[in-house]
Amino acid sequence: MAAVTELTLSALSLELEAGRVSSVEATRGCLDRIAALDGQVKAFLAVDPAQALASAAASDARRAQGKRLGPLDGVPLGLKDLFCTTDFPTTAGSKILEGYRAPFDATVVARLRAAGAVFLGKQNLDQFGMGSSTEHSGAFPSHNPYALDRTPGGSSGGSAAALAARFCFGALGTDTGGSIRQPAALTNTVGLKPTYGRLSRSGVVAYASSLDCPGPMARTARDVAMLYQATAGADPDDSTSLRQALPPLTLDAGVKGLRIGLPAEYFGGGIEPEVEALVRACAQALERQGASLVPVSLPHTRFALPTYYLLACAEASSNLARYDGVRYGPRAAGATSLKDLYEKTRSAFFGDEVKRRLLLGTFALSAGYYDAYYRKAQRARTVIARDFTQAFGQVDLLLGPTSPAPAWRLGEKLEDPLRMYQMDALTLPASLAGLPAASVPAGFTAQGLPVGAQLIGPAFEEARVLQAAVALETAHPWHQKAPVL
Amino acid sequence: MPRADFQPVIGLEVHAQLLTRTKLFSRASTSFGAEPNANTLPLCLALPGSLPVLNAAVVELAIRTGLALDCTVNEVSEWSRKHYFYADLPKGFQITQYEHPICEHGGLDVALPGGDKRIRISRIHIEEDAGKSVHDGAAGASLIDLNRAGTPLLEIVSEPDLRSAEEAAEYLRTLRGVLLALGVNDGNLEEGSFRCDANVSVMRHGATAYGTRVELKNLNSFRFVQAAIEVEIDRHVELIESGGAVEQETRLYDPDRNETKAMRSKEDAHDYRYFPEPDLPPLVVSAEAIAAARAALPELPRAKQRRYVSALGLSEADARFLTQEPGSSAFFEAVLQHYRGEAKKAANWMTGELARLRNASGEGRVTPGALAELLTAVDQGRISSNAAKEVLGVVHQSGEAPSAVIAARGLEQVSDTGAIEKVVDEVLAKNAADVAAYRGGNQKLLGHFMGQVMKAMKGKGNPQLASELLKKKLGG
Repeated sequence: MAAVTELTLSALSLELEAGRVSSVEATRGCLDRIAALDGQVKAFLAVDPAQALASAAASDARRAQGKRLGPLDGVPLGLKDLFCTTDFPTTAGSKILEGYRAPFDATVVARLRAAGAVFLGKQNLDQFGMGSSTEHSGAFPSHNPYALDRTPGGSSGGSAAALAARFCFGALGTDTGGSIRQPAALTNTVGLKPTYGRLSRSGVVAYASSLDCPGPMARTARDVAMLYQATAGADPDDSTSLRQALPPLTLDAGVKGLRIGLPAEYFGGGIEPEVEALVRACAQALERQGASLVPVSLPHTRFALPTYYLLACAEASSNLARYDGVRYGPRAAGATSLKDLYEKTRSAFFGDEVKRRLLLGTFALSAGYYDAYYRKAQRARTVIARDFTQAFGQVDLLLGPTSPAPAWRLGEKLEDPLRMYQMDALTLPASLAGLPAASVPAGFTAQGLPVGAQLIGPAFEEARVLQAAVALETAHPWHQKAPVL
Repeated sequence: MPRADFQPVIGLEVHAQLLTRTKLFSRASTSFGAEPNANTLPLCLALPGSLPVLNAAVVELAIRTGLALDCTVNEVSEWSRKHYFYADLPKGFQITQYEHPICEHGGLDVALPGGDKRIRISRIHIEEDAGKSVHDGAAGASLIDLNRAGTPLLEIVSEPDLRSAEEAAEYLRTLRGVLLALGVNDGNLEEGSFRCDANVSVMRHGATAYGTRVELKNLNSFRFVQAAIEVEIDRHVELIESGGAVEQETRLYDPDRNETKAMRSKEDAHDYRYFPEPDLPPLVVSAEAIAAARAALPELPRAKQRRYVSALGLSEADARFLTQEPGSSAFFEAVLQHYRGEAKKAANWMTGELARLRNASGEGRVTPGALAELLTAVDQGRISSNAAKEVLGVVHQSGEAPSAVIAARGLEQVSDTGAIEKVVDEVLAKNAADVAAYRGGNQKLLGHFMGQVMKAMKGKGNPQLASELLKKKLGG
């Protein structure tokens, strides 16, 4: 039998259930791989082997007594370090939260804990989720297991890299403008950004409140679906969480009869030809399974990038005002006044990309500019959302590339923020519209770099997105191609 | 008389702390006097990942207040963030309502010497309070207490309809009375649970445009509100008369020197960078909830005053006295539940002897039932008015039943005609010469006989009966 870490989450769950594999074995398998290989991948910010093995042993004990909590009981997972956890530090990948310990678990973490999941540790990210490459982590950049000199994407790049490297079976990430989907696309993994509000934001370090979506990441759509089911649903601690009951999943329903829209704006200009070709192949695979392909247009797509950066930065400038060195986190030495304390602390411990976005957001909200920037961006957001509403009048799902390009070399775009921002161009629209979207493996470029296809559904239709994702991975089981480390 | 040439224009912004058990957006307690930072949950400390969840009780109190102040209650209002950096504002912003407040377009009738005047209320919105900074000069440190951070406040903003410091103070008193009657606020200016800022300007009589306004802060008593506005009006008039100009700024009132001092100029004003709060959906209030709140509104002080005057025959002054605090009117109305005599008499005792006792030694232990019992005893002639005052004093201290005090102190009047008649006969028999003089025309001697009768009865004789009997016997 192959190494336990090669199993998908769903397969491991069945092995655990059958008693053919123990949680301790699976957890030790992950820990051993992390110990051996994370020096190259740099996916984790914190790992706690003793604690992970203890919860794995507890899970095995439950199963021995016939008291398994459910399909996730004993499954080793990773968490992007934007989720508050009582048993690991929570840093948001930033020096400004160095040493911070949260007194409460994020709601979604608590749900996984209650389901018996084993937490291996906290995973790297661009600090506060601001970035597309993990190069804006306050600790170190993560590396793409399929090409170690390249980025695994971001901001949930540590989680994506860990999944590709077989360090864990699943992970929770967050997606504000593409931070789950884009790293999934760059690492041959699957990531779901649910409908806004579907997973609680309580206990998730905020970047841009109206856009932040926690979501599951794994190596297959079925795995993602299992994590989604365990974490989704109304939370009284998050006033923006959706109150509707979760519709049942329909993973095996296939795509026969589904109308799949191919937005003109997602193909062509700015998209690398190899990426486009692989995504078109996905469309054809769905067509062969009985879906019909419909050309559609999302005419305001090009406004998504400026709209997103105005709104997200405006909200960030507000959400990050609390990091002032007064109540928690490090405090700069030698301050002579309160204002000086703020300036010194924030200058010393925020990363450059965070500072860039806080300056941009502060400007967009300032007196005299609010109407021209923030208010206009809100209007643009409405128009972008309307594009989707109109498209979903004709089709059931949309399909396009997740990222316009495969993984780029670390350092390549670091000095050019605008080029970096353009890597989010195709994930931003669904974020602004609050729609569920997933990235699934679409194959590899000639150079061997993974490419992802993005499926976007109407609001609340996660089930339909996952159903098509399962159909795609059944047709093209790209996820089986592991990186060589 | 330059001042007489100018018309002051004043608007008030009142911040009233709402009487809820928990904070506006968290389950942290609002109890007063807890250890510093004891009443804090993750949101009060702005811990990463903490989110606001609206306390529904606050909305109910806001609706109640809006309706009592004749406002339109908006079925949809919106939360906004107001940003500034300060150590006792943990999130770096205050959640408030900006473009779309919960209540608008109201008004409050204020009783002024010239008759009622309606002061328009432009808006009422809900917001959270900040914490408290204590600057410890000796230690060279500032201490932060976040117990108050997140406490719910109503900001009630008047139009600039007030025309003098007296009007402003009276508006405040009236508003405070309404909030007390509604049970939404405790009306405590000194402790800061009822705070007021004043916008003051002056313009020449007949002018159509308002003058430049100044915002006054630190007005933590009715007296200070009035005094601060007075000195500020004087300052404006002097400035203008001497060829200067008023600058738009925020000024702080210094009660020790009775003057205002510049605190912040227009140029230094914060850019609060308001924007809609993305962590909270718009606040939606159903028409049913508004209707239910309207139906449950208590009688408000001004309506009570009018009723006390017209239906119960009280003086305007007594009616106002009794409606200043809901406790007073409730007490008064409870007395009337037990007392069948004239309401005016009950009011006289409350505004007179009982108020005197309470001023001198605190709230005391007189219950409405006790006062009613006492008044009934006076009406029935069982005790004299003077004895009743004595009894009230004892009850105020001890809380005993008036009947027990009357019995223990032997204050009951003798109203038995036979007993009094016997004493009267004895007194007249002993004073035959005076009786003859009285009958001869020296009517003043009646007092002398009364004194003798009361003395013989050790002060317990019913004076009215004694006087009647004396007159009858002497006349015979």
